[in-house]
Amino acid sequence: MVRLQSEAFDPGALLSGFCQGREETGAVVSFTGIARGGAGAVTRLELEAYPGFTDAEIERIADAARTRFSLHDVLIVHRIGEIAPGEAIVFVATAAAHRREAFEAADHLMDYLKSRAPFWKREHGPDGARWIEPTEQDRSDAARWD
Amino acid sequence: MVRVLLFGRLRDVAGWRERLVDPTPATLFALKNRLAAEDLALGEALAAAGVQAAVDRALVRGDIALAAGAEVAFLSPMSGG
Repeated sequence: MVRLQSEAFDPGALLSGFCQGREETGAVVSFTGIARGGAGAVTRLELEAYPGFTDAEIERIADAARTRFSLHDVLIVHRIGEIAPGEAIVFVATAAAHRREAFEAADHLMDYLKSRAPFWKREHGPDGARWIEPTEQDRSDAARWD
Repeated sequence: MVRVLLFGRLRDVAGWRERLVDPTPATLFALKNRLAAEDLALGEALAAAGVQAAVDRALVRGDIALAAGAEVAFLSPMSGG
């Protein structure tokens, strides 16, 4: 399931819910991304999505990951709108029969979300606002899975 | 008439987020040329590396014919997570 939301979320509660009612799943891996403050340089993050496009693109990648890594389930929750430093911005959980698939799928999905998912991120701080674009590292991380 | 949407830094360059273009340009490239003719800076930004286009919420590579009522989005390089 893919969810874009402007409200804050509790990663622990999402993980607990995701683990429930699984008798055949041997492994659940989760990743939580947290907005960084940059030692005072960032007072808030602004994240924009293209409704009807961003969610569909992420669903497509989640479906492909489900097949590629033999996942039992996947959950992606991504914040949009304004996010304060210290708040969770993204949560990914994967469920599989064994740990390797669950780890790899979570790693793959995060690499995709960092550099290819249609989001636009802007940092606001004392020195004004700036758009954040994927780094070379982000791009080569994502290319590992091509 | 087509609806044009800008995302990311393109919006700052153009100073708008959404507008209607009428009459309907024949193709995506014709639309780009028209926007560039009105705003040189936007034209340069649209031609920059990493800028993608989506027509009716599907990514498009190269040129494509535009139908009246189409929604065309120009997407600057993306970054999530």
